Amino acid sequence: MSFMEFAVQASVIFIGLSILAIFLRLVIGPSIEDRIVALDLLSANAIAFIAVYSIQKNTTTFLDVGIIVALLAFLGTVAFAFYLGRRKKT
Amino acid sequence: MMEVLSGVLLLLGTLFILLSAIGILKMPDLYTRMSATTKASTLGIGLVLVGTIVYWQDFGIASRALAIIVFLFLTAPVAAHIIGRAAYFGDVPLWEKTKINEFGNTDEDRANRDV
Repeated sequence: MSFMEFAVQASVIFIGLSILAIFLRLVIGPSIEDRIVALDLLSANAIAFIAVYSIQKNTTTFLDVGIIVALLAFLGTVAFAFYLGRRKKT
Repeated sequence: MMEVLSGVLLLLGTLFILLSAIGILKMPDLYTRMSATTKASTLGIGLVLVGTIVYWQDFGIASRALAIIVFLFLTAPVAAHIIGRAAYFGDVPLWEKTKINEFGNTDEDRANRDV
């Protein structure tokens, strides 16, 4: 087992653990803003997972998916915040 | 040599991602949680993607990964600012040990602020 294989395995395990922790916050989050922040961080972790997965499986196709996920995460966050602001004002 | 550098970058990025996950679980209120998540997650993802670039050493991969990095570095502060603003004006409570609240510390001040 080379150092690179060890690094990739450790990265996969620890990114998976962080996704579990963030999912816990997504479930228990007291306010709706907490859940939006958790969703944003969850998609960020998905991008990191995609990058590590592309090294592990020796394919490069999935990095395009990362770009799309980054785009959709930002749009979703902005849309959620926009409608939250409108709801609280009226 | 390049593989070792790539592995070190991957492990560093994973460390930052794990720290941000611990931060979002353990921090006391929404604003400190956001401070933990936005900074650490952009830095962590940046390091992981730089590790990917170093591992592949290919122009197509490098351009795609750099596009993700630039896009994240542009959008993460904007998204954090928008959520923070919506949360503050939506009366999400601050931590009870917060010292400085720029829009006033009393209920009267909070009622009189112009949104």
